[in-house]
Amino acid sequence: MEAVASTVLALPGSQHRFAMRKQHAHLSDEALVALVARGEENALAELYDRVGRIAYGLALRVLRDERLAEDAVQEGFLTAWRTAAAFRAERAKASTWILTLVHRRAVDLVRREERRRAEPLPDEVTAEVGLVVEPTDEAAWLRFERERVQAALRQLPDVQREAIELAYYGGFSQSELAERLGVPLGTIKSRMFAGLARLRELLDESEQEGSWRPEFTS
Amino acid sequence: METGIHELTVGYALDALDPDERREYEAHLADCERCREELASFWQTTEGLAVAASGPAPSPGLRARILAEARAEPQVVVPFEPRRRRTIPVLAAAVAVAAVVALSVGLWAARLSGDLDDARSALERERAAAAVLVDPDSRTVALHAGEGRLVVGTEGEAVLVLDGVDPAPAGKTYELWIIEGDTPQRAGLFPGRDGRDVVPVDGTVAEGDVVAVTIEDAGGVNAPSTNPIVVSDPV
Repeated sequence: MEAVASTVLALPGSQHRFAMRKQHAHLSDEALVALVARGEENALAELYDRVGRIAYGLALRVLRDERLAEDAVQEGFLTAWRTAAAFRAERAKASTWILTLVHRRAVDLVRREERRRAEPLPDEVTAEVGLVVEPTDEAAWLRFERERVQAALRQLPDVQREAIELAYYGGFSQSELAERLGVPLGTIKSRMFAGLARLRELLDESEQEGSWRPEFTS
Repeated sequence: METGIHELTVGYALDALDPDERREYEAHLADCERCREELASFWQTTEGLAVAASGPAPSPGLRARILAEARAEPQVVVPFEPRRRRTIPVLAAAVAVAAVVALSVGLWAARLSGDLDDARSALERERAAAAVLVDPDSRTVALHAGEGRLVVGTEGEAVLVLDGVDPAPAGKTYELWIIEGDTPQRAGLFPGRDGRDVVPVDGTVAEGDVVAVTIEDAGGVNAPSTNPIVVSDPV
């Protein structure tokens, strides 16, 4: 690794980006984070190329504003850059960790936005899944995986799906939801717990039917 | 209350807690293996929710902006090729620094002795080292020999950040020296460890001093008896 790293640093300028990238392409996400912890910018670039698009889609879903979504992605990745040394692979996959950082940033930003506060809740939350623009340039595995999770979401009881979507995609806290939906906080918590636990089961089941994502470890 | 806080796991995984609950839960997480496992499991599910939201690609400029920002914000890390006498701002997330420092100093103290006073003084050294590393006014001195950096605080307190120093062989220790002119002064012992090591230097360094490391017999010696494996540039 040392030899690889020295070679990378010896290459000047961006015209060598491809060469550098190729040197990292065989590494797992977790190995990349270890390099990021040592200040390796190219490892951060490779992580961005793997997770950046999903992170942006998530942030855009929460913030509904391209500029704010990019801010959230940028701040999430920079937090990863600063705190990579504290990342523990046994706690979470590297991709999960980065998406968590970006999501939290997006939620913090949306909670600050007065605009969202004024918006009424969507009448039919289920309609939101169908509103997502289908991009044409994404990798096949990403499309399959999105469809798999959306199919699982549709199997949840409406109130559970509503609680999960308003929290995760809407950025509402449990107590905010209790107030806005006019139900007790305990009910919101139960719906979220039951919904997420059921979703976990459904995803485990459907994942066994076919692996979806190219593992970056090889 | 105890059962109540476990129930925050789902809310935390979905980022659906209010700020004070979030802090409370994070404090709890450090002590609760059950919640850590549960959270890791739910995080896999929320990653699925993230993927389900995927859509158009971000603008091409975002990647470049992130890399430029990262470049402008150096971490406390060891450069692969130390530059001579380069001074850079020292910035780092306190959490990362604390983790690294706790590992090196804390474990060292625990290994050397079960003595409570030793543990206390190790803890103080740990805090002092972390303070130097996160202080933006600290400066970084490159190493002339060895891989790493010397970070020097405003009061002359110094922390050696080393990479690639294996644990000392049995019966041996690493010994730190502050060399003022031609006179080496003892500046502490450390056992060495795989990966990055953060070593507080005993005493203070002044302009022109050099910090060095030698391998010595366990317990240390009063004057270096071997060639140094680490030598800093003059402070």
